[in-house]
Amino acid sequence: MTDRPLVEELRLFLGDPQTWWGPASIPLRLGEHLLLSAVAVLAAAALVIPPALWAAHRRRGVVAAAAVVNIGRAVPTFGILVVVVVWLGLGPWPALVALVALSGPPMFTNTVAAVLAVDPAVLESAWGMGMTGRAVLMKVELPLALPVIAEGIRIAISQVIATATLAALAAGGGLGRFIVDGFAKRDQGELLMGAVLVAAVAVVAEMLFTRGQRRLVPSQASAEGSR
Amino acid sequence: MSDQAGAAGQPMISLQDVSKTYDAASAPAVESLTLEILSGEIVVLVGPSGCGKTTVLKMINRLVEPTSGDIEVAGTPVGEGEPHLLRRSIGYVIQQVGLFPHWTVRRNIATVPELLGWSPQRISDRTGELARLVGLDESMLDRYPGALSGGQQQRVGVARALAADPPVLLMDEPFGAVDPIVRHRLQDELVDLQKRLRKTIVFVTHDIEEAIKLGDRIVILNVGGVLEQQGSPAEILSRPANRFVEDFIGAERNLQRLALRRVAELRLKWGPMVEVSTTPEAAREAAAREGTEWVGLLSDGVMAGWVPVSELPESPSLEGLEPRPFGAVVSRRASLRQTVDAMVGSSQEMAVVAEDGYYCGLVDFRMVSEALGSQRGSRAGG
Repeated sequence: MTDRPLVEELRLFLGDPQTWWGPASIPLRLGEHLLLSAVAVLAAAALVIPPALWAAHRRRGVVAAAAVVNIGRAVPTFGILVVVVVWLGLGPWPALVALVALSGPPMFTNTVAAVLAVDPAVLESAWGMGMTGRAVLMKVELPLALPVIAEGIRIAISQVIATATLAALAAGGGLGRFIVDGFAKRDQGELLMGAVLVAAVAVVAEMLFTRGQRRLVPSQASAEGSR
Repeated sequence: MSDQAGAAGQPMISLQDVSKTYDAASAPAVESLTLEILSGEIVVLVGPSGCGKTTVLKMINRLVEPTSGDIEVAGTPVGEGEPHLLRRSIGYVIQQVGLFPHWTVRRNIATVPELLGWSPQRISDRTGELARLVGLDESMLDRYPGALSGGQQQRVGVARALAADPPVLLMDEPFGAVDPIVRHRLQDELVDLQKRLRKTIVFVTHDIEEAIKLGDRIVILNVGGVLEQQGSPAEILSRPANRFVEDFIGAERNLQRLALRRVAELRLKWGPMVEVSTTPEAAREAAAREGTEWVGLLSDGVMAGWVPVSELPESPSLEGLEPRPFGAVVSRRASLRQTVDAMVGSSQEMAVVAEDGYYCGLVDFRMVSEALGSQRGSRAGG
């Protein structure tokens, strides 16, 4: 609407106390965004990783499960959002469902692939030593698969943080509100700030996770490195 | 050492009419095989690929379930009870070793004791004991398997299999993936280990030489798990049951038989050997008696070497001669095959037998071929 330069718009947006305090402030939106993303990734992980481990461990139903998961992957997140809004109404739930559907597939496929990639000789000796199926899974397959599983989680996290922006469309809150509102109000300062924030959060989250990932699987690094 | 192994010579593993047909294949991998393995012996299953030798091994610890037939270990049908409990009482070593890459060597060795719920102290004691037993340096224990050479990895594999002191050891081409030098050393170590431990070992290989070297008994299987012949290495080499066995043990079977006999079994010749302290006259007499052109010199029983008769001095003493070293020297433990190799390698028709430098006697070609002729089928050396 205005012809003010972008810098001026940014200054106005950042100078507004409501940007920093209150029901539509950056801290609140950031909190909503992170909470939504975290809940979505955790829910998807809890939903998808155990059955993926089990299916790959038993070498059963892997193809069928992968097919189901890939259907989920083919459906656009936006489409899921719309369908769930129609079904459940507005609020955070439609976004949550859509984000779980988005983040499940990479975690599932990575987990299955990681377990299936465990050296058959290692498995043969694990069984041959007298490990129970549970011990083979928990003591051998899971630890050896962990780096690749973690990689799947990392991919899911970045996708979810970027896509959680859509939640705003269904009144789900989050940093997407600045973008949606910015569009609506033609407020380029708010729009730009929203986009920058989403990108920054995605980058920071990825960096933090990568650092944690290294700490999570230190022995693996030495075992792999010396092979 | 527990004494669960039972008296030597008692059946430890028995297969009764055992068959296995994999779902995908139409032909059976193993067809009605009956086999008895005695306590404390090494039985080597040998045959071409597709002869089902690995399948036989895996049916004993139930990694493969037989289609029909009965298998017993220590008098108990293996099908009774949980397979994982059975496997904890049977050591298992495979060609690719299959160490757990995310565990230290120490923890790898402790796999079965850990499953059995041993106390940390007992596990730690046992791990150190096993490292010494298989010749692993203690400093290796806290490394990861990836940092070990192939030979070291397989030593860890053997230690891991022996950890809970199982009476039975199954070994599936355990030395197949290492280079020949390391392989021979590991084979020797296994022979030494077995002298002390007296386990019941079922060993699978496609290498007939390995079978002859390690086996108390060899079982030769043909494609489809058909038993062609079983017996001691000497029996199989001297009396192959049929054309298949003959072909399988190869054209050099008499040389293989030489590998089974040791120098210690022969009655050695003394030869033209004299002490340095005697006279040149006595040396010339010794050479004349033996019909040789040379004499060997000893100094208080220790080999000094040989000199040609033509170089023997007229002076009254043999001191001051410079004897040449013998070309072919073997120990009493050497096989006749090694002995012949030493003779051929030095273009001599005889080899000197010595222990730690002390002269024991001479072997020549005629003695070797006579030893082969007097086939009493005894397994030398063990």
